[in-house]
Formats: sequence, C-alpha cells, structure tokens
Amino acid sequence: MTGNVTGDVLAVRNLDVTVGGRKLVEDVGFTIGAGERVGLIGESGSGKSLTALSVMGLLPEGLRATGSVRLAGVDHDLVGADEARMSRVRGKEIAMVFQEPMTALNPTMRVGRQIAEVLLIHRTRPDRASARAAAVELLAQVGLPDPAAAAQAYPHQFSGGQRQRVVLAIALANDPALLVCDEPTTALDVTVQARVLDLIVRGVQDRRSAMLFITHDLAVVATACERVMVMYGGRLVESGPVQEVFTRPRHRYTQGLIGASDLTVVDDRGRLATIPGSVPPAGQFPAGCVFRNRCAHATEACATRPEWVPTGPDSGYACFHPASESPASQSGAHVKGTPMNQEAGRG
Amino acid sequence: MIVRLVQRIGILLASLVVSSVLVFAFMAVLPGDPARVALGVSASDTAVAQLREQFGLDRPLVVQYFSWVKGLVTFDPGNSYISQTAIGPQIADRLQVTLWLVGAGMALACILAIPMGTLMAVRHRKPSGLILSALSQVGVAVPAFLAGILLVTVFAVGLGWLPANGWTPPAQDPVMFLKQLVLPALSLGLVQGAMLTRYVRSAVLDVLREDYLRTARAKGLRPTRALLRHGLRNAAVPVVTVLALHLATLLVGAVVIERVFVIPGLGSLLLDSVSNRDLIMVQDVVMIIAMAVLLVNFLVDIIYLVIDPRLRAGAS
Amino acid sequence: MSAPDTKSAPDTKAAASAVPDVRRRRRPVTGSLLVGGLIVAVVLGMALLSFVWTPHDPTLVNASARLQKPSLEYWFGTDKFGRDVFSQILVGSRTTLFVGFVAVGVAAVVGVPLGIAAGMAPRWLGELLMRANDLLLAFPALLLAIMFAAVYGASTLVAMVAIGIASIPNFARLIRGGTLQVMKTEYVTAARAAGRGPFAIAVRHVLPNVSSLVIVQASVGFAIAVLAEAALSFLGFGTPPPTPSWGRMLQESQEMLSSAPRLAVFPGIAIAVAVLGFNLLGDGLRDRFDPKLEDRR
Repeated sequence: MTGNVTGDVLAVRNLDVTVGGRKLVEDVGFTIGAGERVGLIGESGSGKSLTALSVMGLLPEGLRATGSVRLAGVDHDLVGADEARMSRVRGKEIAMVFQEPMTALNPTMRVGRQIAEVLLIHRTRPDRASARAAAVELLAQVGLPDPAAAAQAYPHQFSGGQRQRVVLAIALANDPALLVCDEPTTALDVTVQARVLDLIVRGVQDRRSAMLFITHDLAVVATACERVMVMYGGRLVESGPVQEVFTRPRHRYTQGLIGASDLTVVDDRGRLATIPGSVPPAGQFPAGCVFRNRCAHATEACATRPEWVPTGPDSGYACFHPASESPASQSGAHVKGTPMNQEAGRG
Repeated sequence: MIVRLVQRIGILLASLVVSSVLVFAFMAVLPGDPARVALGVSASDTAVAQLREQFGLDRPLVVQYFSWVKGLVTFDPGNSYISQTAIGPQIADRLQVTLWLVGAGMALACILAIPMGTLMAVRHRKPSGLILSALSQVGVAVPAFLAGILLVTVFAVGLGWLPANGWTPPAQDPVMFLKQLVLPALSLGLVQGAMLTRYVRSAVLDVLREDYLRTARAKGLRPTRALLRHGLRNAAVPVVTVLALHLATLLVGAVVIERVFVIPGLGSLLLDSVSNRDLIMVQDVVMIIAMAVLLVNFLVDIIYLVIDPRLRAGAS
Repeated sequence: MSAPDTKSAPDTKAAASAVPDVRRRRRPVTGSLLVGGLIVAVVLGMALLSFVWTPHDPTLVNASARLQKPSLEYWFGTDKFGRDVFSQILVGSRTTLFVGFVAVGVAAVVGVPLGIAAGMAPRWLGELLMRANDLLLAFPALLLAIMFAAVYGASTLVAMVAIGIASIPNFARLIRGGTLQVMKTEYVTAARAAGRGPFAIAVRHVLPNVSSLVIVQASVGFAIAVLAEAALSFLGFGTPPPTPSWGRMLQESQEMLSSAPRLAVFPGIAIAVAVLGFNLLGDGLRDRFDPKLEDRR
C-alpha cells in the first residue's frame, strides 16, 4: 500500500489516452479527496468521458491509456493493470453510473439479480438470499416504490429514470470509495433529472464516498459538486472550487463557457453570447494552447503550451492571458462573434 | 403470454392449411392426371380409368383434398399408386432414419459453431480470429455433398477407418450404427456449422458492443465471465432464428447426403418416388418436410418467449 | 500536429465526429470485395472463353483416352468416357452462371416489388404479406426443384425457376426492412405531403435507396443458386447430359472415387471457389454500402 499523505482517494498523473498516433487526452492530472465531490465539465469531444473510462479501465477497444491512476487502498496502478486485478477494484472500490440508462441493464435478467450480482461477485454478502434481500433494500434506498416487486421485474418494465435508479443502486451497492458518474442525467426527462441528481448526491454523502461527476451542464455541477475541473481539447484547462470558478473564471475558455450559459448576458445587438467556431475534430486542435483558434485574446505567445498556474492547493489554470480576478459576468460578454483568430493562428 | 401462445398456434395452423393447399394444388392438380403420370403415356385408357377409380381420383378436387388431409391427420395416408403398398409405415421408417441424421448433423453444427463463433467474435481483431473467419467462409462455400465425397475419399477409401456408406438401425447394431452415422453426420454438420459460426460470430459481436456488457464489467466481472453471464442469452435470440432456418436446409441437405451415403431415409424415398413417378408419395413426403419446418418455426417462436422477457409482455 | 490554420467555423459534421467512436468506424476497404470480385471475374472470364475456345470438345467421347492423368494434353485429365475434364469445367461455368442469373432474376423481379409493397402497405397488410412470404421458407430450393422435376421432368429451366422462387423470401424480407426505414425518412414525408402517389414514391425514393440491398442480396443469392444447381445436378434433377455441369461431374465421379479421386476434386474446387467468390463479393459490397440500411437478422 502506498502512503497517501494527503488522504486523497484518487490521484491521476500525466494521463494520456491515445488511438493510433492521436492523443485524445493529454497530460491530465488531478486528485480527489476522500468524500469530495468533483465535477468535470467540457463540451463533447473534450476528453472528459475518456478520462473517466481510463479511471475505470474500461476504455473502448483500440484506445490506450498511459500515465498513472492510483486509488487509495489499492496497491497497484490502475493504468495498465490486468483484468484480474481491475475486476477486483471495479464495482467495489470504484463504481460507475453511465449516461444511457435504457441500454445499461441486461434486458434478459431480473433487476434484483443484477443488483445482487455485484454483491456476490465481491463476496460482500455471504449467500444469494442475503444478497437478494440487500438488493431490495438498495432499491428502496434509490426511491423505487414497492422495491420487492421491482426486484422481480425486468428492465423493460421501468422508465428511463427508474432504470437509472437501478444502475445507481448497482453502483452504490458495495459502498465504493469513488463513484464515477458519466452524464447520468443527460438522457433523462428534465422533470426527473433533479430527483435522480439528488439521489446520487445523497447516496455518496451517506456513504462518505468521493464522486467524479462528468457533465456539460454547469447548473448540475453547481448543485452537486464542491470543486470543478474544466477540460477542453483533451486537456485540463482550469480547476478550482465551484463558487470561485463560476464567479471568477480565469481561463478564457471557462469564461466563454460560463458566458454562453448565462442567458442574461447579451451583446450590443441583443444576441446571446457564444463561443465562436466549434470544437475541432479530435487530433486537429492547434498546437500550443488548444483553445487559441477560438479565443479572442490569443497572441503569438499562445503557440507554445501554457504552463499550469496554481492559484491554490486544488485550483489553477493554464492560460497566458487569463481573465482578471474581477467578477466574470461582464467579461463573459467580451468574447466576440468574429474573432481575429486567423491572424492569431499564424504563430 | 397466453395471448401470444394462442396467436402463435393460430399462425402455425394457418400456415399448415395454406401450405397443404399449395402442395395439393401443385402435385395433384397441376400435373393434370396423376394416374396418367403414374402409368405413363403408353398405358391404355382403361388401365388409367381403373387406377383413377381405385384411388378416388375421379372425385371432385375438394373431396380429394379433404380425404388427403384426413389421411395425413390420422396417420393413414393410404396406398401408393405405383407399388400399391401402404405409405404411412414407409414414411415413418424413413423419417426415423432422417431424423437421426439431421439431429446428429445439427448437434455437430452447434458443438462446432457456438464456441468457434464466440471465439471469433472475441478475437475479431486478432490474427487467430481472422484466420477462423476465413476458414468459415471457405466452409460455407463447400456443398454438403462435396464434403461427403471428400470425407469418403479420405476416411473410407483412403484410410479405411469408416464404412463408405450404408445404414444400420441403432437397435440392430449400435456400434455399426454409429460408425455409419459418423461420415454423413460430419458432412452435414461441418458445412452447416461453418454457416452457423458466422451467425454466432455476428450475434456475439453485436452483444459485445452493448452497454450492459460494460455495466457487467464495471461491476467487477472479467470480460469472459461478463460475456458468458450477460451476453450469451442475449446473443441466443438471433442465433435461434437462424437455427430454425437451418433446420429446413439440413432436412433438404439430408436428401442429398442420403444419396451420397446410400442411406434409406426420407430423401431417398422422395428421390425414388420421383423417378417412379409416384406423385402421391412425393406429395406426402414434401408435405411432411414442410410440416417439420413449420413446426420448428413455431417452436422457435415459443423459445423466444422463454428467452426474451420483453416479448412475453405482449407489447411489440 | 496539424498547421493551426483551422477556419473559424469548421463545418458541423466535423464537429459531430469529434468524439472518435472507434467501434462504429467503418471497416477499411476489405479484401473481401477485392478477392470476391476477382474470383467472380475469373468465373465470368471462363464462361466467355468457353464460347470461343476449349482445349477439347467437352462432350467428345474418346475411348482411347479414358481416365487419363493430368498432362499437357489434358490439363485436368479425362473422365471415364475420355472427355477432357478441363474443357468440361470451362463449359460448366456457363451453366452455373446461366442458372445463377435466371434464378436471381426471378427472385429479384418478384421479391423486390413484393418487399417494397409490403413495406409501404398498411401495417396489417405488410405483416400478412410477410407471413405468406415466410411460408415459402418451408419449401427450400432443392425441395421445390424436386417437386417441379416430379411434375415436369428434370431440366435446367425447371431448376432455375425453382431456385428463383425459393429465393424470393430472402429478397422480399430484406427489401421490406429497407423500405420501412426509407418510409420513415423526412424526404418521403415531404413527398407525401406534396401529394405524390405511392407508385411515384416507390420508384423515385424507395427503389434507389434499397438498390444497394438488392445488389448485395443478388450476390449472395447467386452463391445460393450455384450451390443449389450443383446439388440438383448431382441428384440428376438439374442440367441433363450431355451439357456439362459441375454438379453432374461430381455425381459421375462418385463411382470412381477409389481409382480417380481427382475427378471429384476439380469440379468440387470449381463449385467451392465460385460460391466463395460470390459470398465474398456480397460481404464486400455490404461493407461498402450504407451500413444504416443493413438488415442484421
């Protein structure tokens, strides 16, 4: 067992994810403290889901992770660990809630058995009978009415929200040290999103589990998480307490993201703020700062890679031209519609 | 569940009725005069008229149809126009032989295809998977009777390990029965197995891409166990469909294999009856084969209901 | 890394593919298409060549040259009547291709309109048509051909038509699946809203969109037809002598298995290779065409 001086549950260092020769995630590093709830935000293609899957060791075939992912209480690195070792960690120390509840459950197996299975695999219950009983109890905890009957039902008999509760019950069954959630509410109806989110947060709080919550929804992060990390182009660009990052973003991308989500901010023609351009295809981000071809503040300096500027124990950013520390709501609107990025790109 | 069952039974009965009408129309109406066909052009008109009277061929077609169906349902289809012997016992005897052959072929095909297909799917990016894939592609291209001829050439003529042909009922001499069954069953099973392997492969590949398999691994199951516990049942649905279709192919494949190995099965009976212009016998054998296929399709529908709980609910 | 002169507004398609979905990436151009196409081309070439040239007359009985081993004179040897095996294989490819073309033609001409009609018809009618269609599956090609032969006697025509009829269900089912998908698209909705009749929609929108399915199924159906013709000729219900046919060559070889197994080997290889070719071609074409319409049954 490696000593974990800070008491962190998870420590990710120099994580790269590559396919062929292309880097989809580059040099990502962060830690999550015991019981801490951390949000990971970014647009699609930013590499946030791949980061989560690397932690689980469940990258799709053909993708390769390098670097280091250490979990407290596990005496080996999760990157490059063989299936035998990983299977002992998964479902016990780390568990995951997936984005798509409609397909995440086995359609031919009763829900109760699917929950009991995770208890039996890791032998956290001595026999089938007690595992079944525990499954019913878990179904009650995630708020399914008539849990005993629910345990006997098949997935197709549930709605999307109910299925996600079942997936959550499976994930929480063994009181994991870390719960990874990959956009768990995105596929749900707006009306049930808040309730499922509430269940997730209560579930990890009750168990003192840490949480890594992936989403593109800033409001969700604001309600569910204490700290937030922002990814763009496969890199971590900013990190810090939710309150701080959302009110005083430093990286220009974070600033744009928050400006774009603020429906009260409009430019002089009355249009909502947006980030110009769109996310380039994987592997086609500019060298240096990955955001510079969409950034109004980019200069020639941005052609080299910005260093991580720490602003606290768990916060920092990677930008040559950070926003000032004044409140964000004003500067968010400064992101212009037609940028000078053609020139900026010359570097 | 009950509604579904009743519905399936209804479909089965309707299919049986329609196919019997088709077979009757084709075999008894289209040729014009079965008695003339049986006796040949040179037969005298009186002989033909006599045969017509004897077998009730002078009655209206509807009456003929119903008496034929009645014969099938009561397992007493009457006598052959040519040999004048009872058809029922002959078909029963021959059917037994063919069922042994088809059963053994099907069993071999499954034993071969399910593990191989799964292996090919799991290793679909590795050289071993690709080589197996290519082999199965070649296997599909070999007709069963060619496989039979090759097997005979090697194992019977060349090495002399097994008899080249013939048939012994299992009750009479079990050892000889098995010896003579091996090569014909292999000819059917290898080729059918190659075909089935490809379907198993694609069914397992589809399942491997499913989210619930990732969930199973996230629970802490190793990939192989995740596939065995959560994947195979789901992969079974498309495979069972194909199995049913293959049974039809196997039954017909057996016709050819019986000829290669000189086995007195249903196929030999069918072929002999065609050469003898014994239309009523052909008609009955064809109907038996069609009935077998429809019955298997029905059983497959029932198996679905057992495998897939979504279908049981009745919501389509 | 690529030069950073990315345009300010890359098209949305590129952005949508920013998440690399490795498992759904289309397979690179497979060897199947190449190898399959090559084999089919060779078989076609053999058939064409046989019209202008064969080393010997394939039907010429020559008592002084019976059961010759392969030599420069007789490349694949001779059979028990002294006929040149290589010449028979060449001319036999004609029979094979002819049967395949007609059978696939019959199946497509009936099956494609049936499938489109079943896909465009009201749901209950479509289901009914498909049930009737499935009924035909109870009569495989060989069985149907034997029935035909019992009534009409054995001939190449009978074999072709029987194989064709037996292949209808495969076409109809596949095309119905494709049609159902096309009918859900917005351009069909638009065409209906514009008052186009069902026939116009079938011809203008459905047919072009399911044509790739037709081509793939035709290739696979060809392989099935070749197999069925060989089996029929083997049983004596296919091509009658003296026209050379691979299946009948196999049948004739059977009694000579102990003395001249090569007589079985050459036509056997010819059948297997031709079937392999058409199957590979079908697989390759399926990979090339739009995978969205792929029926995965």
